[in-house]
Amino acid sequence: MELRKDYFADVRKDGLNEIGQPRPRLDSPGHVTGKTAYFADRNFPGMLHLKMVRSPHHHARIRSIDTSEAEKHPGVVRVLTAKDVPHNIYTILILIQVGPEDETVLADGKVRWKGEAVVAVLAETERAAQEAAAKVKVDYEVLPAVFDMEEALKPGAPLVNEYHGQNYYLYDSGECRKVRFGDVEAGFAQADHILEQSYQSSPIEHAPTETTGCVVAPEGNDRFTCYTNTQAMFFTLDNASIILQMPGSKLHFVGGTVGGGFGGKVDVIVEPIAILGAKLTGRPVSFVYSREEEMQISSPRAAEKVVIKDGVMKDGRIVARKVTGYTDAGAYSRHSPYGAQKGAAHYPGPYTIPNVWIDTYCVYTNRTPSSAMRGFGVTIGDFALEVQMDKLARLIGMDPLEFRFINAYRDGDMKAHRQPTEGAALIECMQEASRAANWPVAEKYMAMSSYRKGA
Amino acid sequence: MAKVPVQFTLNGSENAEFIESGTTLLNALRDKIGDTSPKGGCHQGTCGACSVIIDGELKLSCLTLAETCNGADIKTTAGLAEGGVLHPLQRAFLDAFATQCGFCTPGMIMAAKVLLDRTPNPSREDVVDALSGNICRCTGYEPIIQAVLVAARANSRTAA
Repeated sequence: MELRKDYFADVRKDGLNEIGQPRPRLDSPGHVTGKTAYFADRNFPGMLHLKMVRSPHHHARIRSIDTSEAEKHPGVVRVLTAKDVPHNIYTILILIQVGPEDETVLADGKVRWKGEAVVAVLAETERAAQEAAAKVKVDYEVLPAVFDMEEALKPGAPLVNEYHGQNYYLYDSGECRKVRFGDVEAGFAQADHILEQSYQSSPIEHAPTETTGCVVAPEGNDRFTCYTNTQAMFFTLDNASIILQMPGSKLHFVGGTVGGGFGGKVDVIVEPIAILGAKLTGRPVSFVYSREEEMQISSPRAAEKVVIKDGVMKDGRIVARKVTGYTDAGAYSRHSPYGAQKGAAHYPGPYTIPNVWIDTYCVYTNRTPSSAMRGFGVTIGDFALEVQMDKLARLIGMDPLEFRFINAYRDGDMKAHRQPTEGAALIECMQEASRAANWPVAEKYMAMSSYRKGA
Repeated sequence: MAKVPVQFTLNGSENAEFIESGTTLLNALRDKIGDTSPKGGCHQGTCGACSVIIDGELKLSCLTLAETCNGADIKTTAGLAEGGVLHPLQRAFLDAFATQCGFCTPGMIMAAKVLLDRTPNPSREDVVDALSGNICRCTGYEPIIQAVLVAARANSRTAA
């Protein structure tokens, strides 16, 4: 496949030193010799093991917590509850002013999803920590739970998260992120055909081979070194600093080596409580998710629902598109308000449509909090949009690739969220795809350019 | 808890440790001896990241009790390079971009080594079969399969 110099002539230079050359990965020699140091490869004398007592209920009030039997268990060094955490309520994106703080480090009076952390047990061995965790008695009053986004948005649905006050994230634009461009109803009135379809996805687990975790070592100078596999080093450092009410200068984070992440390790989950454990015991602490926790507890890609209504002309032009997107955040925000917002910007797809209406909701349910995963906020949307494009092409009896040529955005087109299109290259990509896949299209499409010449 | 003595050869060196009865070989290697090349991905025998070679057989060290390894000859990826020279499998994994996050790599290399020790000229199907107990979440397996085939060809050239 050739680089399309006719299109990229002014943006891509010839004679590049690195591009197009095979270069060895810097980390591979460590990988093939087993020398790469992952966080769990750090072992310290006297290291304690942290195990979490988790909620067996989707939604419940905590009447009481009794840790007395667990504390007496041989090998147990310390048991932590909400009152031990200096600033127990947090939200990751507060660092960029996306609040309110809505999630507890350890449950305080209430649990909102099955698996929520309630009590942390620190013991000399993993086994002792596990056995003691089983002896913690939590008295729950089970509350009604809601698992479906549309149910959650109905009046009278159980309130998932009191810090929000309603089962959706309140943007500055209101109950959802909104994009309004042209007059979508006028577009539908003008259309030859209208197609409305609904697309849904389930949560997806990242399943990295290395589970989430960290090892924390107290240093002699009142500082703590945290070896972690976080994908978000500075989010984690800054949130740990807030949660622990400890200046960042007391926290030394060592990471960058991640045994698979895929977005699943951007939440601030294990580090703050492990650092707190190290601080309160004066001992190194290891907190590593079991494989079961990785699958059940770590945040998945959000479940989404996308409803797309398109108005299309017989000649192939899409004249109106209305999209309502729902992102299931689970019980807490984490990165989902941002994910839903990305969807709002993305939903027209790489197409120029004169009349667009988009609403995207970030919805709270009593499900496992969801978060980042590979293009979150747009990946499921792209699935929905491109299936919709195929259905539209079929509806008007047009080749699906030619249908996309007709609607492809080109340089200078105004996008629905009012960013002018630059460097689109979509026409050129589809021309190459047409050749590579041996899927011929009419000559007039092969003669097109992302530049609107003469326009 | 009662400790039991265990003695085995690891990558050619004698090791003797007192361990708690019930300790897995994976934990003994990593926490006692300090060979962290076998990785704990699942601790339940499903991912293959902890694979080691015991008396020539591919074994999951997370499901092997250390106390059953008395007198055994154990090999891990950490001991594969000789005198600083990479084993052909290690070289091939490097050259074929068969590593990404690297967490599954030591286990993959162990599984591939047992295959090549027994079947110096494996077919693609042999390679797929030999690696079927090792999960890689990054690469999609294809570069790993290619690396093992490249290493096999390098081996047969050396032998010829």
